[in-house]
Amino acid sequence: MRIALFITCVNDSLYPRTGIAVTRILERLGHTVEFPASQTCCGQMHANSGFAAMAGPLVDHFVATFAEFDAVVAPSGSCVAMVRDQYPRMRPGDDTVAAVATKTYELSELLVDVLGVTDVGARFPHRVTYHPTCHGLRLLRLGDKPMRLLRAVRDIDLVELGGADECCGFGGTFALKNPDVSAAMLADKCDHIDVTGAELLVAADNSCLTHIGGGLSRRAAATRVMHYAEVLAHD
Amino acid sequence: MTDAPNPLVGAAPFPAAARVELGKPQLRRNLRHATHTIRDKRLRVVSELDDWEDLRAAGSAIKAHVRQNLPELLVEFEAAATAAGATVHWARDAAEACRIVANLVIGAGATELVKVKSMATQEIGLNESLETVGVSAYETDLAELIVQLAGDTPSHILVPAIHYNRTEIRDIFRQHMPDAPDGLTDDPPVLAEAARTHLRRRFMTTKVAVSGANFAIASTGTLVVLESEGNGRMCLTLPETLISVVGVEKLLPDFTDLEVFMQLLPRSSTGERMNPYTSMWTGVTPGDGPQDVHVVLLDNGRSSVLADPIGRQALACIRCSACLNVCPVYERAGGHAYGSVYPGPIGAILSPQLTPGRNESLPFASTLCGACYDACPVRINIPEVLIHLRQTVRHRPAERVAFRILADLMAHPRRYRAALRAARAGAGLHPRRRRVAFPVRRAPWPGSRWTAARDAPLPATETFADWWARERA
Repeated sequence: MRIALFITCVNDSLYPRTGIAVTRILERLGHTVEFPASQTCCGQMHANSGFAAMAGPLVDHFVATFAEFDAVVAPSGSCVAMVRDQYPRMRPGDDTVAAVATKTYELSELLVDVLGVTDVGARFPHRVTYHPTCHGLRLLRLGDKPMRLLRAVRDIDLVELGGADECCGFGGTFALKNPDVSAAMLADKCDHIDVTGAELLVAADNSCLTHIGGGLSRRAAATRVMHYAEVLAHD
Repeated sequence: MTDAPNPLVGAAPFPAAARVELGKPQLRRNLRHATHTIRDKRLRVVSELDDWEDLRAAGSAIKAHVRQNLPELLVEFEAAATAAGATVHWARDAAEACRIVANLVIGAGATELVKVKSMATQEIGLNESLETVGVSAYETDLAELIVQLAGDTPSHILVPAIHYNRTEIRDIFRQHMPDAPDGLTDDPPVLAEAARTHLRRRFMTTKVAVSGANFAIASTGTLVVLESEGNGRMCLTLPETLISVVGVEKLLPDFTDLEVFMQLLPRSSTGERMNPYTSMWTGVTPGDGPQDVHVVLLDNGRSSVLADPIGRQALACIRCSACLNVCPVYERAGGHAYGSVYPGPIGAILSPQLTPGRNESLPFASTLCGACYDACPVRINIPEVLIHLRQTVRHRPAERVAFRILADLMAHPRRYRAALRAARAGAGLHPRRRRVAFPVRRAPWPGSRWTAARDAPLPATETFADWWARERA
């Protein structure tokens, strides 16, 4: 099985350690990961901001880059949702697009659904809480897959997050276009996180974690943020 | 009439209006408490039905059928209602609908009327319009009454006074209800009794009523109104003249289609298993109820919404408000921030479509979190329509240029890589670079909008692609 990593633009530039973690997890499980060097961005930001026409070439580039692989994995719920939910609507009737959309997976989907693994052999002796990001929760229907992976981590202290399924207020350009509402939502999310006493808040999307982490940093909270892949890569 | 404010368009764009509303702590508390209460109640009663998803699919399919056959169904409705003794009027827009109603009221020799809660009449600004011709319209739904007494506007489709708590309501009654009893407390039964006594006098003396309709049955010409207080039943049965303003999308082909919606609507709106007061009437029943019955079929932009293959899903809306109650943006900003009688997620897709070229900030008043789509009893894909409408607005030139530059970079892998390296090099100069995960506390515009409430990260010292080239390639 040829597995390609789609790193996503946010992770490539800001959070390379998340991509390194995904690589290590899959290699530890005995798989070979390929990284097509010509990959760029899925086009989500353009499509969701009202510039779908500009996203067109990015959609076509993504499909051309990843069509040859058996599975594409990305450590981002919202980027995978863009590919799976929006690509087929943007390129109706295109079988190649439909095929790529179907075989593009968020990390927990690849691990649990495709590879049939829940214990990835990790150990992480820390207090952790998990925020299900909106696109993963409601577009990809990840359900408890990330939690099943986290529960199998040795020595982890998983604590429940209140109001977990409420949006953190990021919403891409929403945070810039509606900064006040976004900040109000963020404050409520950070309040819930404070209550958990967790050392780390983990999630499946570094873009949401940039928002939440930035809010926690501003209030000098004790909790830091981390992509859950980095927990799974730990041993 | 033409100079009156449009009930579908606010004075300020959403972000500015929301900022004002966010500054009201009591409002935030009221909204949070109320939306969470209804939200939890809805979840409980929906989870009781193991065929809920089938019901949603059925509701969605019936509404799609109505959209596809609307002209024929409208003609069928007109014929059936006319045969049953009603007079059917057609209104292209708000002004025409208001004119028709005003003429009917004046023709009946009335200067006042009672109203059943109705979104369509709010959408056309009927009360304000009638006022200009000397007709007073009295709201009889408790929450609409509160809002009307306060001289305010509703902030929720189903719970118009959701932004008030009971103490504030007591104060509104004390100040604005002439026959409010002395020593009025903020005990809900006491407040309800005061409103009941106040309204009873109106029901017994008013000759004309105006309503909307939740559903209009094409094959029989029947109108259906669902309400919880019994005030609607009073308005629909006691007066001599009954005028109903009905959006054309409210049609259902047959009586049997109600079966689906009578299950979907109460559970989604008030979290009730069964609707308390359901009134149905078909034209005139001689000797029983209003003998002069009129139906005003309202277009007001709906035909042009129907022409948009993605946007027209919004016409399936049954005004249940489930999307408002689960929306994290609505919960913080409140209904007034949307500037339209249709607030919340459904308002963010309906108001802009009913007012082309206006309300352009509303499709962006969402994080696309998808909670609304999950809650919608007729499966309107609100995030899909929001994204679609975002493509149609006029973007600021600077924003367009920024996205153009980004798109060009991302369409060319070499330029994209070069840009990432340049960003990394620039970031390397930041003083807090290596000490914290989020080193940037103040960024220049537009990043300042981010750093107003959050710190920001900097590009990593090495991109993932560079790590890969070093470690794996």
